[in-house]
Amino acid sequence: MGDTSKNYRLNFLKEVEANVEEGEWVKMCMQCGVCSGSCPLGKFWDHPPQEIFMMIRAGKRDAVLTSNAMWMCTSCYNCIVRCPRELPITHIMHGLAHYAQRLGLAPAHQPTAKFAQLFWNNLMKKGRVNELKLGVKLYFMNGIGEGFKTSLKMKDIGLGMMKTKRMNPMEVIGGHALEDVKGFHAVMQKAQELEDQRLANQRP
Amino acid sequence: MAAEKKFAGYICTGCGISERLNVNQLQTVATREGKIAEVKQHARLCAPDGVQLIRDDIAAGATHLMIAGCSRRSKMEVFNFANVAMSRANLREGVIWARPNVPEHQETTQEMAADYIRMACAELKYLNIPSPSAEQKLNKNILVVGGGVTGMTAALEVAAAGYPAHLVCDEGELGGAWKDLYKRVPFRAAASEVPNGRDVDLPLPEEPGIAEMIAQVQANQRITVHLNAHLSKTSGAPGRFAADICNTSGATVTENFGAIIQASDFKPYDAQQLPEFAYGKTPDVVTNFELERLAKAANGAPLKRPSDGKVVESVTFIQCAGQRSEQDGHLPYCSGFCCTESIKQALYFKTQNPDCDTTILFDDLRTPGAAGEDFYRCGQQEMVTFSKGKASAVVKNGAGLTVKFKDLILNEDTELNCDLVVLATGQVPNNGPDPYAQLAVDEAETEEEKEAARRKLEVAPPSILNLDYRQGTDLPQLKHGFVDSHFICFPYETRRTGIYAAGPVRRPMDMKQAMDDAAGAAMKAIQAAESAANSAAVHPRVGDLSYPKFRKEGCTQCKRCTVECPFGAINEDEQKYPVFNESRCRRCGTCMGACPVRVISFENYSIDSVNQQIKAVDIPDEFSEKPRILVLACENDAYPALDMAAQAGIETTPFVRVVPVRCLGSVSLSWITDSLSSGFDGIVLMGCRRDEDYQCHFVRGSAIAAERLSKVGDTLTQLNLEPERIVVHEVAITDLARAPRLLNDMAATIEKIGMSSFKF
Repeated sequence: MGDTSKNYRLNFLKEVEANVEEGEWVKMCMQCGVCSGSCPLGKFWDHPPQEIFMMIRAGKRDAVLTSNAMWMCTSCYNCIVRCPRELPITHIMHGLAHYAQRLGLAPAHQPTAKFAQLFWNNLMKKGRVNELKLGVKLYFMNGIGEGFKTSLKMKDIGLGMMKTKRMNPMEVIGGHALEDVKGFHAVMQKAQELEDQRLANQRP
Repeated sequence: MAAEKKFAGYICTGCGISERLNVNQLQTVATREGKIAEVKQHARLCAPDGVQLIRDDIAAGATHLMIAGCSRRSKMEVFNFANVAMSRANLREGVIWARPNVPEHQETTQEMAADYIRMACAELKYLNIPSPSAEQKLNKNILVVGGGVTGMTAALEVAAAGYPAHLVCDEGELGGAWKDLYKRVPFRAAASEVPNGRDVDLPLPEEPGIAEMIAQVQANQRITVHLNAHLSKTSGAPGRFAADICNTSGATVTENFGAIIQASDFKPYDAQQLPEFAYGKTPDVVTNFELERLAKAANGAPLKRPSDGKVVESVTFIQCAGQRSEQDGHLPYCSGFCCTESIKQALYFKTQNPDCDTTILFDDLRTPGAAGEDFYRCGQQEMVTFSKGKASAVVKNGAGLTVKFKDLILNEDTELNCDLVVLATGQVPNNGPDPYAQLAVDEAETEEEKEAARRKLEVAPPSILNLDYRQGTDLPQLKHGFVDSHFICFPYETRRTGIYAAGPVRRPMDMKQAMDDAAGAAMKAIQAAESAANSAAVHPRVGDLSYPKFRKEGCTQCKRCTVECPFGAINEDEQKYPVFNESRCRRCGTCMGACPVRVISFENYSIDSVNQQIKAVDIPDEFSEKPRILVLACENDAYPALDMAAQAGIETTPFVRVVPVRCLGSVSLSWITDSLSSGFDGIVLMGCRRDEDYQCHFVRGSAIAAERLSKVGDTLTQLNLEPERIVVHEVAITDLARAPRLLNDMAATIEKIGMSSFKF
């Protein structure tokens, strides 16, 4: 059982409240299990939402933050709709994922985490998502061999999309962008500064 | 009433009766066979002019009315005349609605109707008009036993209604089981109708208000408080109870009362029986009741660990401690107040120190009351940790404690450390001994049963009411020591008329519910005192003036009536003759059904009044293929179920003749034997559900009837008849489809086994 002195202490719950978006709702869970029963992907998770909330209250910091659970959420919102206590469960799941990522505790090679980072990087370049580049990056996310294999498999769809003008091959060079990319980058930098400041000011 | 009987008959031809039946033939039956000289027809008897017709006849001297039309359960408010005897032939629900409207069934339908007319006329001859006995006068004094919150509330409610109350408290001060409360669970819900305001203004623990309540009681002119007092003897009946109120110095005063409320509340569960939670081994494990005292003593200052005075920084509440468990020494039931109590107590710690770790280990969190769910959310908002878990042990861990438990959500055995453990223990009803414990010793059949009954009697608590009733000193119990009262239909009514139970003596509950209970019981007690003054029954036959009369010359002192009365209404005199206490009686007739020599009867319900109905039925001969089935149906549930089945168009065999009875307990075996010997082919008895989940309005009536009838097989064998000819069924008022089916089943049985050979 290891060290039990921190079991069911509020330290981790308080940490979650301070750092996780909508984390102040975790204490309001009444453990009915409707969210776990409603989750279409529940059986693929390490821990369904009800369990994650209990683990937070039981002080299981490492088990929660290194879990793959919150990364498996597809934002279907079934749990939010059904929660009798009206907890924003989906948002809490994403908040937890974000917090784990920030602390570098997210599981390595977690595909959702990887893709999310690719999406962010892609978006940050020109303020617009470059779907062609994002697709290629996704295919080659796990190495060159797999990348070529996936590309070949998807080639008919890709050609079809080009034919129907749903995808522009010219996007490979540069790609479309916001009118004021410089301004966009300034906005994002300012936001990052504010966020860093907020984190620095938080109680440990 | 010695006055001459003057009969009048009415046949209503409305609601399709005249289209379906030959009414003129029925009228002839009533006059020729029923011997009612004047029988009138009316197209709609329940209309004002129809009712006026009857009123005019009553004014002209009619005392006994035969009304043929709808069921006696219909239009009761219209056909409601004072000081007359009335018999109603059920032609509508009982005949035309229960039978298909086709020519080939016309003959049997008409026969059915004619029989009901004959039965109503025959019954009427044997009805007398009950008159008030004037056995008791109006006594407005109400006795309240128990000086706790329930008792005080009852006394205040009685006084507020303008009646004097005497409050008997066995302690030196008022307050009872709840007097140690530091705060109470809130009585109010969260603010409603605030947009997005689910968690706005959540209810917090409130001032208990007990000191104020004590002050109100003491200041109230209508309330007399007897402290350090108990009842050494209670005798009499509603309207004329006499109670000896005895105080610790031995002085006794005798007071008379109209009715009594027992509100003796509860005793805390003895946690010494929970060694697994280290109770008694360390002072840092306390019960919820003890924590309340600690909190009251601290009065807002930080709560300290009893062992060493360290301020408590972490506390664990173990819910259902010694409760909801079949283990020996545990309470098998949920006490219903401990979940909100623990939330309240957790908030004591949070109020002093928001960083105090408070964990509530629950199995099912149950939060009754107005605040209920809102109060739960309040606890969560304040960061009380609620964990669905089952505690298995509490052990010492240095200066602190370790609670071992299974987390039921995470499905793992785990533990947590804390400074203090609170056991959420339950309520044990503070009742007297089960009055039937002695009876159980006397009536045990084997020596082992006798020994077990004796052991139960030895550990029985002291009496609270000390009734001098034939059937024991206290209120009968249903299970787990709680007073027998019908949970849903008549919660305050006990099995001793005029003595009402309020609060945790009848089921475990919190303070708010106990106060609501007290108000309800106070109203019932006032009603009982007022009704007793009018010689009228209170419940369930409200206003009934009839009561059992008995012919002493015929009595054999067999004591069956005094033993079987479900309400202990009958005492015995020195020679073991029954002494009826009219105002204790509920008028069920169980004594009448018990009497082997048939000397007990009511003015308007007797062995004869039913027997004559049975005899009035025309019995076709053995070869007619028209059997006759007698149905004795409880008027409370089975009879209306049959009526409603007919309303719903469910068909019933045309061979039944239904006689409503007050309770299956009133059924005399003589009715059974007489009907068999007069040629009935089958008998169906329909009563209410009996035993632990009883629905019987007279609690034991249907159970007693079932017991008596279990021996009826011998009678049948003696008569050389098949035992299938008699069946007893439990029927609920909702059994619309089932009730007629049971009758049709009997018709099918008779078709199979053949007609009775007793047709003369």
